[in-house]
Amino acid sequence: MVPPAIMRGDGAMTPLIETLELGKRFGSLVAVDQVSLRVEAGEVLALLGPNGAGKTTTIRMLASILGPTQGWVRIAGLDTVAHASQVRRQVGMLTEHHGLYTRMKAMEYLAFFGEIYRLRPESVEERAYSLLDRLGLSETIELRLGAYSKGMRQKLAMARALLHDPAVLLLDEPTSAMDPESARLVRESIRGLRSGNRAIVVCTHNLHEAETLADRIAVIRKGRIVAQGSPEELKREFLGSPIMELRVAGSLDGAARLLPHGATLRETGPNWLRFQAEDPETVNPAVVRAMGMAGIEIVTLSEIGRSLEEVYLSVMQSERSN
Amino acid sequence: MSSRELSWLPGTLTVARREIRDQLRDWRILTPIILLTLFFPVLMNFTANQAVQFVERYGADIIGDRLIPFLLMVVGFFPISISLVIALESFAGERERLSLEPLLATPLTDGQLYFGKIIASMLAPLGAAYLGIFVYLIGLFWRLGWQPPLPLLVQILLLTTAQSIVMVTGAVVISSQTTSVRAANLLASFIIVPVSQLIIGESLIMFWGRYSVLWWIVAALVLVAIVLVRMGLHLFNREQLLGRDFDDFDLKWVKRSFWTGFRGRAESIAGWYRELLGETLPQARGSILIMILALLVAYWVGYRAASEFALPSDLFRADRLQGALGNELSSFGLLTARGWLWVAWNNIRALGLASVLGAFTFGVAAVVLLMTPIGIVGYFAGNFALAGGNASRVLGGLVLPHALLEVPAAILAGAAIVQLGLAALSLPKGSSLGASWLEALGKWARLNLGLVLPLILAAAAIEVFVTPRVAMALLAGVP
Repeated sequence: MVPPAIMRGDGAMTPLIETLELGKRFGSLVAVDQVSLRVEAGEVLALLGPNGAGKTTTIRMLASILGPTQGWVRIAGLDTVAHASQVRRQVGMLTEHHGLYTRMKAMEYLAFFGEIYRLRPESVEERAYSLLDRLGLSETIELRLGAYSKGMRQKLAMARALLHDPAVLLLDEPTSAMDPESARLVRESIRGLRSGNRAIVVCTHNLHEAETLADRIAVIRKGRIVAQGSPEELKREFLGSPIMELRVAGSLDGAARLLPHGATLRETGPNWLRFQAEDPETVNPAVVRAMGMAGIEIVTLSEIGRSLEEVYLSVMQSERSN
Repeated sequence: MSSRELSWLPGTLTVARREIRDQLRDWRILTPIILLTLFFPVLMNFTANQAVQFVERYGADIIGDRLIPFLLMVVGFFPISISLVIALESFAGERERLSLEPLLATPLTDGQLYFGKIIASMLAPLGAAYLGIFVYLIGLFWRLGWQPPLPLLVQILLLTTAQSIVMVTGAVVISSQTTSVRAANLLASFIIVPVSQLIIGESLIMFWGRYSVLWWIVAALVLVAIVLVRMGLHLFNREQLLGRDFDDFDLKWVKRSFWTGFRGRAESIAGWYRELLGETLPQARGSILIMILALLVAYWVGYRAASEFALPSDLFRADRLQGALGNELSSFGLLTARGWLWVAWNNIRALGLASVLGAFTFGVAAVVLLMTPIGIVGYFAGNFALAGGNASRVLGGLVLPHALLEVPAAILAGAAIVQLGLAALSLPKGSSLGASWLEALGKWARLNLGLVLPLILAAAAIEVFVTPRVAMALLAGVP
């Protein structure tokens, strides 16, 4: 039941998920502190952080399972405390632990949740079959859930979260218990769920998953967001400008001296050099021109891939040193 | 995808239906239910038959007459005992299997989940109990031609239902406060012990043949069930169920919670007393009012009882009273420091006992216990009046001097216990049962140490050193 995008008075769209200085304390333990997030419709945000960082507590507050002790959360413009039940109707949540009823079968299980969401039985059946098929579970509908493998259980839990076609999808470690093939299937499903009307938050400590799924990543440590942005923005912020590698035919022969302004030499080899380009769009053509004028034949000019892992480790290291 | 509005009842029934379906697929639940529904009533039937035939040979028909209704109650009770197991498992089991969070993430309200689970825990065992009663009655009618009087049947059905509600609501409170089924089972003795005492009491009443008392038991059970439902609703919330672990024993936390209630924000003894008089005492004004009313009722009931159970009037003759008073003075060590300690210790012990009993009965047992001496005073005052004496003069001589301090002490002590009982029923939002109760215990200790104890010590001194003299002086002229 995806609601139409909500238009504010000033003509701007209300984000589907919005938090301001969100905090949660359990006695003296601060689980979440000053978390401000904004996820628009059509966007996927990955909450990335180590175990115990506060990801699950944050997601539980987004789902209106836990109330904040500080700040607020709005889902589709609704406050999660004042309109808890309405908020939960807009949210589909894949919990970290699938928590299935093992004596049930898949269709019965989904029908139970369909009943809770007061969906019409015929539409539940249709939707359930479609989801089970999409998640590769259609062969297993005659099995009791107790006979399901971990991956199958996780996929069924995913189907449960999607059953009512929620506007906000919260996925807590969606592929944690899965074999590589199932994990890939689920990741593809998540990518397929991206729509103009839906916001998705994925909690994970799987960096590859975060990078491949998310438009934006928020790194959380000890309950606080310590970095936030698109993967590219984060790389730029924490690892600096992109590194380019130039490979030439023959030896370099002083090519390093020809690098234009805005390109900083980092490493050299017998027939290659690496430079950091502040603005690759202007620097790279200048490099190509300079080499051509010097008669140096270019074999390749490409960006050195930098992983999110480097970003993550850099963020964590700088936080620890702080 | 279209959806309809989630109204209260359908959501509750959805939760209940799933649970019941789950129970009916579990042979560990089904087997005892079937045995207790079909086999056990037949066994009881056989027992009743044999017993009736046996006692008839000796002309003790009354034993058979009392045994049959008693077995009717037993046949109803056994299946509902399973509801305790199901209810204990209801929340703790879901927590343990990690299936609670997906349910908490749905639009179901706390109340829908709570009542859904209560209904689910009760329905199958209660259905089995009714069926068992039916099987037992059919057998009795067939073999002995016995039919229960309608009021008795209604009583047994109501009693069975009320017991089931009390056990289930209590178990859900326990279950929602524990993280594992094991912990819930360990805490189940808080239900099993009182319920087994109740069954013993009911058995005695049934063998005694005072069936009208069972109506009072039904009423009391309904009240307890209401209290437990309210408590369960308060305790059952998403925060409590997912927010923290309850099983760890943390002595520091216990001390901290108690100290918060006992010390408050006070920095000095004077500040502590100011807070006690300015905050703690006004907070207890409702409970104080309850105690005052209870003691007035006790006095009135005692006074009225004198006309129904009058003592011989010559016991209240002035010369006998003076003689008795003289004997008491010497035998109890009145007018001595030893007597003062004895009286004070006796009163402290009584209040201690009332507190312990009150702590487990939401304060009710404490109120009843404290009403007793006032009722006795009223009873004697009534007897004085019946004997033609001046009751107010006698009371003024024998009771009033120390009662001026002792009664307020009893009122405050009772109010403190009622507050402690109420702490479990009106928890501040977000706080756990344990923390609230410990804080209330701290306030209980604060009231008792700050006010009740000094009043008791002073009252005991008056009772030992002043009252006898006043009594002797006043009673010298009693007609």
